[in-house]
Amino acid sequence: MSFSAISPQEIIETIRMVQMEKLDIRTITMGISLRDCASGSLADFHRQIYDKICRMAERLTRVGDEIEREYGMPIINKRISVTPLAIVAEGVAKSPDDFVAIAATLDRAAAAMGVNFLGGFSALVHKGATPGDAALMASIPQALATTERVCSSVNIGSTKAGINMDAVAEMGRVIKAAAQATASTHGLGAAKLVVFCNAVEDNPFMAGAFHGIGEPDCVINVGVSGPGVVLRAVEAAPDADFGEIASIIKRTAFKITRMGELVGRAASERLGVPFGIVDLSLAPTPAQGDSVARILEAMGLERVGTHGSTAALALLNDAVKKGGAMASSHVGGLSGAFIPVSEDIGMIEAAAMGAITFDKLEAMTAVCSVGLDMIAIPGDTPAETIAAMIADEAAIGMINRKTTAVRLIPAPGTKVGDWVEFGGLLGRAPVMPVNLHASTGFIARGGRIPAPIQALNN
Amino acid sequence: MIEKTAKTPSGTRAVVTVIGEDKVGIIAAVAVILAEANANILDITQSIMQEFFVMIMMTDLAGLNIPFDELKARLNRKGVDMELKIDIQREDVFKLMHRV
Repeated sequence: MSFSAISPQEIIETIRMVQMEKLDIRTITMGISLRDCASGSLADFHRQIYDKICRMAERLTRVGDEIEREYGMPIINKRISVTPLAIVAEGVAKSPDDFVAIAATLDRAAAAMGVNFLGGFSALVHKGATPGDAALMASIPQALATTERVCSSVNIGSTKAGINMDAVAEMGRVIKAAAQATASTHGLGAAKLVVFCNAVEDNPFMAGAFHGIGEPDCVINVGVSGPGVVLRAVEAAPDADFGEIASIIKRTAFKITRMGELVGRAASERLGVPFGIVDLSLAPTPAQGDSVARILEAMGLERVGTHGSTAALALLNDAVKKGGAMASSHVGGLSGAFIPVSEDIGMIEAAAMGAITFDKLEAMTAVCSVGLDMIAIPGDTPAETIAAMIADEAAIGMINRKTTAVRLIPAPGTKVGDWVEFGGLLGRAPVMPVNLHASTGFIARGGRIPAPIQALNN
Repeated sequence: MIEKTAKTPSGTRAVVTVIGEDKVGIIAAVAVILAEANANILDITQSIMQEFFVMIMMTDLAGLNIPFDELKARLNRKGVDMELKIDIQREDVFKLMHRV
């Protein structure tokens, strides 16, 4: 194609999207398999995982920076995901303390590679937990309190397997303990922990990224962003009906995803690593103009959380997927709109004034990716109540055959209306009220919620 | 637009953009930097984005005699001197964003 095919208007549009509307590549995430490290002693294992991560990711940040300069496209994060540690370390790590030590090694490797997060301190227990899974889950609070960059996730349910309610109960306690172990930073440990139903194997976004067991030895996945670009496009069409709004969002999502495709392919080529997927999620940041909530408000809602918010989000989420799917040969990961509270200025405002509630957020997660995300709740919320929240969210995912997730921060010592500051991309949030009626008896039952029937879909 | 652009191989082209207030000598200043780096100018267009003046230069870097990063740094510095935003990006960004 010659230059004559690119119009100056298109060049200006691209520049405007990057410079004024905060279009960026949110993350280049290198997935690294650690399966070949599972041999020898525990000491060997530490050395092998450190060496493998450093060998594969040696040039990751350098190449990321190089692509950013050459293409003029900001790449905000370079990250690493690894095979769930419960799977690869089970043969050598016998106790929670062994897993805490492994997390420390992962943290050192992430620091050495210059990445801000490394995901995969994970266990997949949707049907049941092995001794290794149980040891890893027990180690999570301490592991997250003693490391900076390690992110953890646990899959407790799936559409095919149902929901492991024993694991749900355990994760209620783990989330609470993770927050308490990091009380000095308002429970930051819990912000690095995601509980999934139907977790995906190629998610590039943190804190839930891990390198799935069906993935190759090493792979590059890219997460794009750009709520600001979609917001501006929607704002420019105040009188458009919903058919037109959907078209506008589709066109915009196409352009955003093309950038992800370009950067992913360039990174893959330069690193000599296969290109996996583009995750075409709308991921907000606390920055002004980088908000998913504002897009819903631009559709005509006074504040996100009011009646109509679920419908607006459903339209947005679907149109983003339709536009993005055209733009890349391989779309994957979570792919949809994220609605974290503390990371989105519109959500923060709506939560502070009571326009959006915990229950409305739960309803909205039924039509978007991913779940109850970055919500601060009172520090004295019982572990059983947190477990019941996980169970509700997992049920939405299980029945609707989609990924759902829970990332709650029971901020120690806080009450409803207090503010919790996490800093940086994690933002700040008001502590939101939760239902005070107990779920204790429900969580105490244990066992598994059976997998749902896959027909009679009403 | 001009014919010769179609003949240069894709992958060596880059787009120089200048954004800011229009003033005397912008094209000359950018052209000198490009000439010193042996970058060929294929096309120049000017436009207005909101209230800002925008100049777009399509260049061919096939004969570039300095690293891309160095050329970018020189252009960025000139931008700071002239109170403009001058940048260079590989052409693929623009080509891919708007086409299947």
